[in-house]
Amino acid sequence: MASIARCIRSARPSGLAALAQSSVSRRVIARPFSVTATNAIRKYTKEHEWIDVAADKKTGVIGISDYAAKALGDVVFVELPELGKKFAAGDAIGAVESVKSAADINAPISCTISHVNLTLEEKPNAINQVPEDDSHGGGWICKVTVGEQGIKDLDNLMTPEAYDEFTATEGEEEH
Amino acid sequence: MVPFGGFHMPVQYTGLTVSQSHTFTREHCSIFDVSHMVQRWFEGKGAISFLQRITPSDPAALQDNHSTLSCLLHADGSGGIVDDTIITRIKPDSFYVVTNAACRDKDNYYLDQELAKWNAEPDHEDLQVVQGQRPGWGLVALQGPGAEAVLAPLLEAGQDLKTVYFGQSFSTRLRLPGKQLGAEVLISRGGYTGEDGFEISIHPADTVPVTEALLASGGPDKVKLAGLGARDSLRLEAGMCLYGHDLDDTTTPVEAALSWIIPPSRRKPEAGFYGAEVIARQLVPKSKGGSGVTRRRVGLLVEGAPAREGAEIVDANDKTVSLGSVTSGCPSPTLGKNIAMGYIKDGFHKAGTQVAVLVRGRPRAAVVAKMPFVPSKYWKPT
Repeated sequence: MASIARCIRSARPSGLAALAQSSVSRRVIARPFSVTATNAIRKYTKEHEWIDVAADKKTGVIGISDYAAKALGDVVFVELPELGKKFAAGDAIGAVESVKSAADINAPISCTISHVNLTLEEKPNAINQVPEDDSHGGGWICKVTVGEQGIKDLDNLMTPEAYDEFTATEGEEEH
Repeated sequence: MVPFGGFHMPVQYTGLTVSQSHTFTREHCSIFDVSHMVQRWFEGKGAISFLQRITPSDPAALQDNHSTLSCLLHADGSGGIVDDTIITRIKPDSFYVVTNAACRDKDNYYLDQELAKWNAEPDHEDLQVVQGQRPGWGLVALQGPGAEAVLAPLLEAGQDLKTVYFGQSFSTRLRLPGKQLGAEVLISRGGYTGEDGFEISIHPADTVPVTEALLASGGPDKVKLAGLGARDSLRLEAGMCLYGHDLDDTTTPVEAALSWIIPPSRRKPEAGFYGAEVIARQLVPKSKGGSGVTRRRVGLLVEGAPAREGAEIVDANDKTVSLGSVTSGCPSPTLGKNIAMGYIKDGFHKAGTQVAVLVRGRPRAAVVAKMPFVPSKYWKPT
């Protein structure tokens, strides 16, 4: 049973993107705009992370998308990023693990970790319940400070509309 | 869906996550479509002797309709495993052998070669063996404590599953909706989850009707379809090997902690099976004059992050000292702990030994643990 197990227990370094191979029925998700600060910029990566950058363009919040959370299944462990550490866009900053597989969480943009969501140590399944919620009790992964490079990196990411289209196409490719 | 062994197979079915499906199997029962596995037959006067050459088992000691876990061994005498397999003796000179789909081409080549060699040997004129496969035949595993109650209503009156124990098989025809009786099926009590259950070998035309009849028999509260995801986590909890991960061409049965599949009568250098000399020496520790082994397959309980295939096992006190690596691992839905199996340096293999496993470069405390992680619940005579 070689190749399946490779898929279902995808070893490092697999991104969340690898999860798109699994059989997930896709639903259109109502985004929780209420928890996003006014004028914040929401962007998505192809690897299924989201980032909200505040209106002042100095801070941000990172998490994994609802689509990725569904693909992963029941999250049982979250490896949180290291506080104070600087990352470039695309660097592995942490990981999410379910029974089915492990997936790296990558930095959507260049950033420095300022807070981590300790709730996830106790309740990793908040990732399944409210993956795109950046409030207390939500499934956000970390908060970051952002510099000039980080703001530039945003241009390489997808808008919520583009991401919806992207995941819809990914879903189709399975069939 | 994922590609697997030449088939498109579901990791999970709609409605249940992998861990929900896993738990459902342990509490009720699930149907796994394992039709991708290769179903073979060996028949002929020489079938027993042939299997005694290519496996460390003793098919002569099997009663009719009894099966055993076994493995095919490389002809080079290294003791390396070609594939693991279940061998069932149907009749005195007739054996049903199930091997892994992922090894199909390798096994076909190996078995064709070995059989040709066997049949061509001058003293084997009266010991000819023929092999067959039944492509397209279904193989459905019904696994879980509710399996007997789901299967029983499909049997003809007078047939009693209570007297069919773990490792035993029988042929019968099942009652299918819409017609009197289906084609003959071979039902074996056992499986790959550690639960009570049955594997049913089915004629291609009946595979879907039999599966539907099983689903209807239990109803959605008692039986559901399960995919490869749950199959993997269930077999891991049961401490069972997955070829290509926990076993490969270089591992021997002794290293793989599968010595128990070798009956006492066959534990000697002159036993005659491929690799017997190496394996017999490995069975005896160095301190007692044998060669022992340098690595052993063990179970591990890992703190914090789940350790998966490829994670390095290191010394608890010095993470620069490598002790081996993990070959399978996942969070155990039943135990709520991270379970893994892997190969560890001989001497560190005793249950309770503290080690560490590197996951994403960071050492996580781990302890060598006995397998199965979750006790098996086979139906056995009391």
